[in-house]
Amino acid sequence: MTTHYLVLSALLFAIGAVGVLVRRNAIVVFMCVELMLNACNLAFVTFARQHGNLDGQIIAFFVMVVAAAEVVVGLAIIVTIFRTRRSASVDDANLLKY
Amino acid sequence: MEPAEKIIQHAGGVIGVSWLMIALPLLGAAILLLGGRRTDRWGHLLGVAMSLASFVVAVLAFVELIGLPEAQRRRGVELFQFIPGMVDMGVLIDPLSISFALLITGVGSLIHIYSIGYMSHDPARRRFFAYLNLFVAAMLLLVLADNYVGLYVGWEGVGLASYLLIGFWQQKPSAATAAQKAFIVNRVGDFGLAIGIFVIWTTFGSVAYGPVFGAAGGADQGVLTVIGLLLLLGACGKSAQVPLQSWLLDAMEGPTPVSALIHAATMVTAGVYLVVRSGAIFELAPTAQLVVTIVGVVTLLAGAIIGTAKDDIKKGLAGSTMSQIGYMMLAAGLGPAGYAFAIAHLITHGFFKANLFLGAGSIMHAMNDEVDMRKYGGLRKFLPVTFATFFIGYLAIIGFPLLSGYFTKDGIIETAMHHSAILGWLAVVGAGITGFYMSRMVFMTFFGEKRWADDAHPHESPAVMTWPLIILSVGSIFLGGYLILGNTFMQFLAPAVGRPAELPVFHFFSVPGLATLALVAVGAAFAWMKYGRAQVPVVAPRGSFLTTFARRDLYGDAINESLFMRPGQWATRFAVFFDNRGIDGLVNGLAAMIGGTSGRLRRIQTGFARSYALSILFGAAVVAGALLLVGNL
Amino acid sequence: MGETITFWVLAVVSVSAALGLVLSRRAVYCALMLGVVMLSLAVLYAVQDAPFLAAVQIVVYTGAVMMLFLFVLMLVGVDSSDSLVETIKGQRFWAIVAGAGFAVLLGLAVGNAVLSPPAGLLGATQTAGGNVPALAQLIFTRHVFAFEVASALLITAALAAMVLTHRERLTEKPTQRALARARFLTGGSVVLPGPGVYARHNANDMPALLPDGSVSELSVNRVIARHDVEDERFPDDPKLAEAIKQAVEEESK
Repeated sequence: MTTHYLVLSALLFAIGAVGVLVRRNAIVVFMCVELMLNACNLAFVTFARQHGNLDGQIIAFFVMVVAAAEVVVGLAIIVTIFRTRRSASVDDANLLKY
Repeated sequence: MEPAEKIIQHAGGVIGVSWLMIALPLLGAAILLLGGRRTDRWGHLLGVAMSLASFVVAVLAFVELIGLPEAQRRRGVELFQFIPGMVDMGVLIDPLSISFALLITGVGSLIHIYSIGYMSHDPARRRFFAYLNLFVAAMLLLVLADNYVGLYVGWEGVGLASYLLIGFWQQKPSAATAAQKAFIVNRVGDFGLAIGIFVIWTTFGSVAYGPVFGAAGGADQGVLTVIGLLLLLGACGKSAQVPLQSWLLDAMEGPTPVSALIHAATMVTAGVYLVVRSGAIFELAPTAQLVVTIVGVVTLLAGAIIGTAKDDIKKGLAGSTMSQIGYMMLAAGLGPAGYAFAIAHLITHGFFKANLFLGAGSIMHAMNDEVDMRKYGGLRKFLPVTFATFFIGYLAIIGFPLLSGYFTKDGIIETAMHHSAILGWLAVVGAGITGFYMSRMVFMTFFGEKRWADDAHPHESPAVMTWPLIILSVGSIFLGGYLILGNTFMQFLAPAVGRPAELPVFHFFSVPGLATLALVAVGAAFAWMKYGRAQVPVVAPRGSFLTTFARRDLYGDAINESLFMRPGQWATRFAVFFDNRGIDGLVNGLAAMIGGTSGRLRRIQTGFARSYALSILFGAAVVAGALLLVGNL
Repeated sequence: MGETITFWVLAVVSVSAALGLVLSRRAVYCALMLGVVMLSLAVLYAVQDAPFLAAVQIVVYTGAVMMLFLFVLMLVGVDSSDSLVETIKGQRFWAIVAGAGFAVLLGLAVGNAVLSPPAGLLGATQTAGGNVPALAQLIFTRHVFAFEVASALLITAALAAMVLTHRERLTEKPTQRALARARFLTGGSVVLPGPGVYARHNANDMPALLPDGSVSELSVNRVIARHDVEDERFPDDPKLAEAIKQAVEEESK
């Protein structure tokens, strides 16, 4: 049974990754990143169950904490960029290049 | 021949302090060069004083030397250890070196005095005297050193002084080029001399004259021949002998006293000194001796032929110098029979050629530094003293009976004739040509109608310039007879160079002597017809192929250019090309490749975070694939 | 059996929602889709013996984080929808290839692994007396240092958000007097319509009316007006429709 959970987790992770790659709205990109993190959490929880060990759940817990912090800082950055550039597109922030 | 006497170490008397001869002019040069402009006012006087002091020491040493019994006339003075375990520096006073020392300091002092007048208007006169003193010191070191390394130091010293003095007016590009040419051509010869000294060291384990000549008899003849030829190469460079003759004519760019002192009387005879000094080696290597005589004959003819075509009075005299040194070299190659004549001719030549050069300088002084003889003519009325002394020098050099050149040159010709008829007759022909070109020079300068420019106001030179001329011309008259008649000089030199088994007797009416006189007379008459009686064109006529041949220095420069300069240039160009395209090309190409690749690679940095993320995902996929693969293995 | 049904239902729901998150143009829809995924995952956690995490998932993610997302969306502009034209050449194609490849490889890896039946967490939680006490025991004993660091991280993040979004005031804050002076000097409408004074509705999409009964352009909601123009669905009131058109035209200038 756990195999199914893991495949689902992989699928969600891949969908999130593709979303990061194809979407240009910074907020949506961020959402996709959150999706990927959640997929990971699912895998952790599944592994905890598989091994009969709570460590997986603890790691998932810490991932959530870090994700929350990341969302706070990331959204703050997006707001700041939007304020100066009037755009939330990740493609517009491309000055750092060749 | 008798073996060279052993050198007697001696540290007393004037001979014991004979190193002062070298030290005094060196001190003078140091004071003048280091003192700078503070010494401008009295610098020339100090230079003359140092040269004269050196002359006095030389005379006193000479007097002391001839006061000794003949067997003791080789005096060595140890000075200091120059290169520990290899060279002990010392001074060797023997008849040969003292003869040179007297010539160098005597004629040198006269030329110093003359230069006071000649250079009086030159702002750099003090520097000129510093270089002259430096030259005298180096030349004395060359002849007085008791070993080859000391000789080499002096040898390079005179080369340096020569370079500095030829290029004295370095603001003239021609003078700067001539100085470099002299230096570079001399490098070739110096290289030979240096290698020769290396071979001497490896062969004999010493570079001092005494041990080397003492052991020369036991050495392999092939090695001795090699040493002889290498020394000859050095001699050729310094004495402007074929094939290293090309620098001497250009060296006339220097001030005339320099031409007289360095490029006529003293430095260019260093090669003759070297050959005579190394006589013990040459006598055991007949091949090397033969080459010396051949070089001498070729040069005496080449110099004479060049002399016939030159309109520049100094270049004409330079050709003559080449030719006369050829005579000396010829005599030096004939063994003990010729040494005395070689050195005697060297000394008399030092006098009359210095006389001629200083006379030429006097003429130039009078003619606004004009050197083209076609713009002279009829000067004997305007420059009576110069004319008289020049004429005496002229008679001496063509071998007019009873004057200096007559005795010494005749001696050489007779010895050569005795040795080999071909050499002798070629020397006779050379004498005939000498008669022609010297007569031509005299006729073009002093006789005929005046051809000079309107702004020239010929006037006699001041006494400070004419007195040296007079003293030199007196020497030109009597010195030869004094040295040769009764074999005075040969007996005197014997302790240093040995004496031939059979002493020559001077015949006033020998066949070669009469033939020489006849040819000289024909040459002079021909010159009278062409230049004395006939009108001399102010612009040189085009002339035949032979004239061009002589005017172009027998294509010496052209040969050097095509044989050495062009291939050298090609090699340099190739090296530059190889360096630019090959080495630099490799390095630059590599850099350009990296730069170009980077330029293209940096295009990957689009600034789009999504592109970077895509590559991360690809990387993650590859890692996942690799893990899968490894896990399955 | 119950778990299997739950799993398959939620798997279909969450994958569809994830695809919807990636594919929908409107950012708000994306946020909602993400919420769906998170809720599904919360249920799946609960099914997998992780009730605490399920609760945290709902409280932190669907509660706090999603609210934050929506809040920022509103701040940045709820209308800012993506254009569908891809600007980077080949990005979409290669992204899909890489994503699909990654998913397939990961799926293969998981499928390949021979897994024993799950051990279950009964043993781990029994001694502590339940999931939450067991987790608490671990967090406050073995992982206490990580816990403290995480708290420090959260505080720092809160501080960072404040620093990042803080804007330095460059000019003096205009007083009411200064604002009134400016208004009079420009010669604009002297009196602003009080909101809702003449209004017949209190909805946000209804503009205020001026005393003469005309629509005050100043009170037209720009976002709604733009949507209206885009969708070409104007209100019946011709005055209001005119005002909306004008407002959008003005804005586009």
